Amino acid sequence: MSVLKKIMTAVRGGAREVGELIVDSNGTRIFEQEIKDAETHLRKAKQDLTDVMAKQMQAGRKVESLKNEITEHEGYVAQALEKGNEDLALEIAEKIAQLEVDLAEQEEVHKSFSGHVVRLKDLVKKTERQLKDYERQLSMVKTTESVQKASAAITDNFASSNSKIISAKDSLERIKERQQNTFDRLAAAEQLEAETSDKSLEDRMKAAGIGDPDENSANAVLNRLKAKQK
Amino acid sequence: MNIEDLAVRISDLASFDGYQLECQPIPGEIEVLQITVGDFDELPTYVSVTDTQILCVTYLFTEDEVKSESRSEMLEEMLELNIPIPLSSFAKIGDRYVIFGALSNASGIEDICLEIITLTENAVESITALEDFLN
Repeated sequence: MSVLKKIMTAVRGGAREVGELIVDSNGTRIFEQEIKDAETHLRKAKQDLTDVMAKQMQAGRKVESLKNEITEHEGYVAQALEKGNEDLALEIAEKIAQLEVDLAEQEEVHKSFSGHVVRLKDLVKKTERQLKDYERQLSMVKTTESVQKASAAITDNFASSNSKIISAKDSLERIKERQQNTFDRLAAAEQLEAETSDKSLEDRMKAAGIGDPDENSANAVLNRLKAKQK
Repeated sequence: MNIEDLAVRISDLASFDGYQLECQPIPGEIEVLQITVGDFDELPTYVSVTDTQILCVTYLFTEDEVKSESRSEMLEEMLELNIPIPLSSFAKIGDRYVIFGALSNASGIEDICLEIITLTENAVESITALEDFLN
């Protein structure tokens, strides 16, 4: 069963200690030990791998040198034959036969090391994948536990501080009200600022005799009445 | 970064992006920091630090605030909104709906502050969007 599914079941069941339910009765401790063990295995496997790879390379070099030696001796046989020295040629041929036996042996060794390398590389990959998987699972379980514990702490804190948990709508209402207040205050300040500057301009214009004449002045009243009589 | 470091560094910041951040540690089996952003007193963010991540959670509303007749419609709406909401996702802890963000443990103080402010703004935005589904 996937770890996420286990977490789901545990959380649905109202478990507080998810780790205990999912990985081990000792919580996540044993699981962490398993990860450490896997890491040790991985290190060991990598060491083995480098050893075997070194041996594979050595065997490879031996195979090469034997092949060279054989080719070399085959040349000697040809030379002996050219010189008509059949006995010497036979002796060299015997040497070649021996070298070929050695070569076959070394090739076998090389092949076996190569096979070993492939197997070890597979093992390393598999262990690495498993380790990643363990770590991923552990991280999920630990996060679930941590969220549950944090949530418990927050709830306890609410309870102990007697602060009433208000509903989301009320929270929103209060926040909006506060924002509106701030906004209104800013708007009022702006308006005041604008009015003050308008007023002072008007005053200065009036003093300079610019703009509308004062409607309540005696001249204005007289003019208005004269206009009516016409 | 652990909780104590975080608390000290947030307290040291007078403000961030024009917002005042206030933090208060909450005792418990696991350390939690309650952080309020500016005027959003009613929607504090709770921050906890684990081995792998820094978790920031803001509680939105409880199950019994949800109008039961339109519950599944709301859940679907929340799934749809999950991607457009920047940096935060909806989730549920027990009977509480939450909005949360997770950061790498290696995050700097600025990333964390940005996360908390964004989360708070997203929380207000989300409740506004989902208001019709609530009692």
